[in-house]
Amino acid sequence: MSNQYQRLDHKIVTLPFVFLCLLIGITALILVERFVFGLGAVTNLNDGYPWGVWVVYDVIIGTGFATGGWALAMVVYIANKGKYHPLVRPALLASLFGYSLGAFSAFVDMGRYWQAYNMFLPWQMNFNSVMLEVGLCVTAYTIILVLEFAPAFLDRFKAPRLKELLDRWLFVILGLGVLLPAMHQSSLGSMLIAAGHKVDPLWQSVSLQPLFALITAIAMGFSIVIFEASLVTAGYRRPSETHLLKGLGKIIVYLLVGYFVLRFGDLLLRGELGRAFAGDLRGNMFLIETLLFLTPLVILLSPKRRSSGAQLMIAAVSLLLAGALFRANAFMIAWHPGGGYVYFPSTKELLLSIGFIAIELAGYLAIVKWLPVLPKVEHA
Amino acid sequence: MKRRDFLKAAGTGALIATSAGTASARDNLPVSEEAVGMLYDATLCIGCRACVVKCKEINEMPPELVEGAEQWDMAEELSADTLTIIQAYNGATGGNAARLEDGTFSFSKRQCMHCVDAGCVSVCPVKAMKKDPKTGIVSHDPDACIGCRYCVMACPYNVPKYEYDEAFGQIQKCQLCNQKGVERIDQGQITGCTEVCPTGANIFGTRKELLAEAKRRLQLKKGDTYRYQLSSIDSPHTYETQVKADYQQHIFGEKEGGGTQVLVLAGTPITNLGLPELPERSYAANSETVQHTLYGGMIAPAGILAGLIYLARRNTKGGDHDE
Repeated sequence: MSNQYQRLDHKIVTLPFVFLCLLIGITALILVERFVFGLGAVTNLNDGYPWGVWVVYDVIIGTGFATGGWALAMVVYIANKGKYHPLVRPALLASLFGYSLGAFSAFVDMGRYWQAYNMFLPWQMNFNSVMLEVGLCVTAYTIILVLEFAPAFLDRFKAPRLKELLDRWLFVILGLGVLLPAMHQSSLGSMLIAAGHKVDPLWQSVSLQPLFALITAIAMGFSIVIFEASLVTAGYRRPSETHLLKGLGKIIVYLLVGYFVLRFGDLLLRGELGRAFAGDLRGNMFLIETLLFLTPLVILLSPKRRSSGAQLMIAAVSLLLAGALFRANAFMIAWHPGGGYVYFPSTKELLLSIGFIAIELAGYLAIVKWLPVLPKVEHA
Repeated sequence: MKRRDFLKAAGTGALIATSAGTASARDNLPVSEEAVGMLYDATLCIGCRACVVKCKEINEMPPELVEGAEQWDMAEELSADTLTIIQAYNGATGGNAARLEDGTFSFSKRQCMHCVDAGCVSVCPVKAMKKDPKTGIVSHDPDACIGCRYCVMACPYNVPKYEYDEAFGQIQKCQLCNQKGVERIDQGQITGCTEVCPTGANIFGTRKELLAEAKRRLQLKKGDTYRYQLSSIDSPHTYETQVKADYQQHIFGEKEGGGTQVLVLAGTPITNLGLPELPERSYAANSETVQHTLYGGMIAPAGILAGLIYLARRNTKGGDHDE
């Protein structure tokens, strides 16, 4: 299996890499300010909007973008579609970055971060809390991702005995690597249930909340695999992987059909669909979100369009935006706490979020040149 | 692997999930026999804000600054430094009571409602929010709190507040004057805000007695004479006066969100006084039902994991098999 992958033979320090490092430097300064002066010094968070972009983008959307490794693990190891194996390592690398930064963001946003370990003390755990489930699950999955990605490291540094040990237990790691994201990705939706009327009815579905979160997360997982693979192909002038990616596009069609049936069925049954056409901000955001979900469905329904790399890429990007907007809408736009509170992220909040993207990009660029992550090119 | 096997494994997981679910659906939590609370009667409140000042004194909290200066009584919203406030509302529209000629106006007292089935207690991952099994007082333990602010998200009344302007901030909320170092209720005293209320607009007592008193008051008509208790339901001090307004036939907190231990009466619709309309079923009951349906005893996840591990083992043994 290990000979399927190779290092990319390019220089690590390039102009884009230096630019990303600059953004990372700014992020470091903001982090210092946050820890020295408190959350209020750098964020616009307030008593009505306790969660801002750091939670909603960096954690809730960020881990949604990081579901590629999970989606491929399901296809390759559970559904046994071995042909997708070449895509596994790059997807795992992106997942590893997304999840570790998501966990770190949650820590940065914690008002009392120095007591974060309380989450892991059995006598402090509240098993009724959706947050506890998310916290423990994300932590466990991040560790699993390290183990799933470890073979790339062990191949590079020739540690056959460790590799053997890992291989022996791989099936357990893989099982957990599929179960854990399914658990906490659905729980990210469940978190909204406790907020009741503070979430607009267009996004507050009591019993289906976990299912919506789960389906959109899986769809985002396959989209991010398509997105990354297409970018790497184009960026490093490598052979196209469209023949593999179109199969993923077909899976997305099934997911989206299921999503639309449930989402609109739920809104119709609850009698809240009319709100979508109220012409206000929330109604319009719902329409934009729906359009972004509909675009990939229309593109991917046709086998011909599915075989076009460009069309696949458009569908994937649209679906990623749809999934992100679904989460941003549910947690921020649809949020009406009352009491006249408003929230718009501060420049520093946005800069830190941009900085975290820069860390992921710079890290990805460096590691594909340092470890065997990308699929081996046949004629090389 | 065969598609049949995958469906079999997935079906097993789904079966376990549904069977686990039926066992753990949860209703609203019951109110404790000895639950204590307060009854705020907006028809009696004169807006003097003695309660606000007393609360600040007991909790050692600084006055709110407006444009950098200390004002007489400028708290406009609950905050990490203001755990109770008196607000004035236009009784007809619920808006600001600035133009009294537009309609009736009413004061409104806000603080933690000490929900019978408290959302903040349900969502807190580390048991920092606790509900006393006897008194029902919802307390907060800053030594356990990780500052995730999920309690802020889950409170239907926007009560818990985080100190954003401090590097090592904490969550603040009314703990019915029974917090560590104060413990007025444990020592047989009553809350500061009820103790100082000059008109009996806010009185302390057990929830049961307060609810009975609220029901008695709902029978009164505007202009009737009534002997109102001062400070607490069992106080020897009372005063007789005319009923100022017709009571709305609604005791806020009797049923809202599973009930609260702070009850509110008013002469204007209570939803005009900064309180939300809530279903009788608590949000915590919804959230915990969904969560326990999925994770009751971790049976469903364990079943699914077993299926996944089985498939992963089959599919990784002896390399890859393309279909």
